Amino acid sequence: MIVLAMPVLLPLMTIIFLLLNFRQRAWQPWIGLTGALLQLALSVLLAVHVNRNGIMVLHTGGWEAPVGITLVIDGFSSVMLVLTSIIAVSISIYSIDAVDRQRQSFFYFPMVHGLLMGVNGAFITGDIFNLYVWFEVMLMSSFVLITLGGEKKQLTGAVKYVTLNLVSSMFFLAGIGLLYGKTGTLNMADLALRFSGSESNILINTSAVLFFVAFSIKAAVFPFFFWLPASYHTPPIAVTALFAGLLTKVGIYSMIRFYTLFFVQNQLFWHPLFLWIGGFTMVIGVLTAASQYDIRKILSFHIISQIGYMIMGLGIYTVAGIAGAIFYMAHNIIAKTNTFLVAGLINRATGSYDLKSIGGLYKMRPWLAILFIIPAFGLAGIPPLSGFFGKLILISAGFSAGEYVISFIALAVGLFTLFSMVKIWNEAFWKPAPGERNKTDRLPVSMIIPVVMLGLLTLLMGLAVKPMLEIAENAAASLLDPASYIRAVLGTAHINP
Amino acid sequence: MKSHIVRLAASKLLPFTLLLSVIVFYRGHNEPGGGFIGGLMAAAGFVFYALAFDTQEAEKKLRVSPLTLIIAGLSTAFISTLPALFSGNPFFTGEWISVTLPFIGKIKAGTPLLFDLGVYLTVWGVMLTIIFNLMEE
Repeated sequence: MIVLAMPVLLPLMTIIFLLLNFRQRAWQPWIGLTGALLQLALSVLLAVHVNRNGIMVLHTGGWEAPVGITLVIDGFSSVMLVLTSIIAVSISIYSIDAVDRQRQSFFYFPMVHGLLMGVNGAFITGDIFNLYVWFEVMLMSSFVLITLGGEKKQLTGAVKYVTLNLVSSMFFLAGIGLLYGKTGTLNMADLALRFSGSESNILINTSAVLFFVAFSIKAAVFPFFFWLPASYHTPPIAVTALFAGLLTKVGIYSMIRFYTLFFVQNQLFWHPLFLWIGGFTMVIGVLTAASQYDIRKILSFHIISQIGYMIMGLGIYTVAGIAGAIFYMAHNIIAKTNTFLVAGLINRATGSYDLKSIGGLYKMRPWLAILFIIPAFGLAGIPPLSGFFGKLILISAGFSAGEYVISFIALAVGLFTLFSMVKIWNEAFWKPAPGERNKTDRLPVSMIIPVVMLGLLTLLMGLAVKPMLEIAENAAASLLDPASYIRAVLGTAHINP
Repeated sequence: MKSHIVRLAASKLLPFTLLLSVIVFYRGHNEPGGGFIGGLMAAAGFVFYALAFDTQEAEKKLRVSPLTLIIAGLSTAFISTLPALFSGNPFFTGEWISVTLPFIGKIKAGTPLLFDLGVYLTVWGVMLTIIFNLMEE
């Protein structure tokens, strides 16, 4: 079952190949792209296999579950792996022309694959300390990516980013330490088994709160979101798009995994807390976005707002709620990355991200307007795009679970999101260009292909909502049935290669 | 630093540092030590050398570039995972062979040692890349 470890090994192999051909700068994007495409094929294969045969488990090194590190791919992980590889392919194509030569020849592509290795590892591991290690792999690469190029603006953003992420890692590690001291195990399934019989006690609660803070910082949840808008607009747009698509979602993934698998006691405390935090996150993100005029900042604040929806799904805690969160996450990863990529195109076409100094794009480039409309209105939740169904599923799950307040908040926040997207539309595309445009060169094809690709996916997710929702519902159902996960990992059904 | 004493010390100490780093690396399987610490010690020898002379001299003394060390390290670590596949064991299983060498005696060599060698080389290369870059600025 080596194939289970491949989501991690494939990026590692890509890094080795990239470093071996370090001097051939012209080859770097193509090696990176090949690695990303292979990863896409692999993750689709894995997803099909998991969908047919159930949870896949690999005990690395031949050490059985509670002792060794276990790799587990269930429905939720496989969905996340596919999404990661889609983003990997898009960013690899986009970076060919969007990232300058200087950065490309200074380990840009190896670092992107290092980040992918960390993200994939976090999705497939079944061991909490191993999860921490993958977080670190991901963070180390992201630290390099955010500072690569060494512009002054980048460094100021990076200081905030690095500091808060290190604080979060400390909380994470403290939580692991307490949990290990109490239970003597790090395996997620084993933890779930030990907690399932016992009443909750103080030490479990302490580490549950520590994990909550750690993941909240990673996911940029209220009130821990300040680092995100302070840093995300500083690196090149391809890096921002990569971060926006994947990094915060790894935090959400871990939160959903932990709070459905083993921190399932004290639901009367946690679920209202998730709903409150989700509501605040949505509202704060969308309100602060409304006052911004830099496209990248508007989009960054919207990341926060949309994270709120995913937390809301976790707080509702029914199959429909979790399925909604997964569907929304899938929609958001694709549409959010896409809006950032379009922002890069706007910058190429006009030379600025500042809404006040650009305009008239609809007249100049009607095609660009269409490319912007799809992800932007997808995010705002206009039917028949994916965001509409994501919100519909979540809000109807909220109503049927009796959570009226959060559902109304979610509805209202949707309107504000629409306001921000219409604002970008009005300012960048509709109003006449202020002053004269100095940049009218052609947009590189390699920057348009991924935008079209992701736009089509947003459309497809809206049009073929039923099969997509089925996948999300299967994943959610297996998340809410920890027994199947425990049986797969700890049961006698040890899968040999 | 243009002190003759420091230069002499650095060039005489370098082989011993490397030897010590290899010993620490090898004992790491059952005792304190291992690839990470060994790699740090190996890097420390060259950093001292670079402090005494300069980074160009140190790189010349190293003969290969730090990047090559990183590549070799990553590749070695990756290759160490392969033998388990061919013997039909789960991924990452340690495969061991015993080799009897003259004078030294029996040595247990296996994929965990190979993996650790990968860590050793990678840490060595990464430390030198970072420190040399910082020293040049």
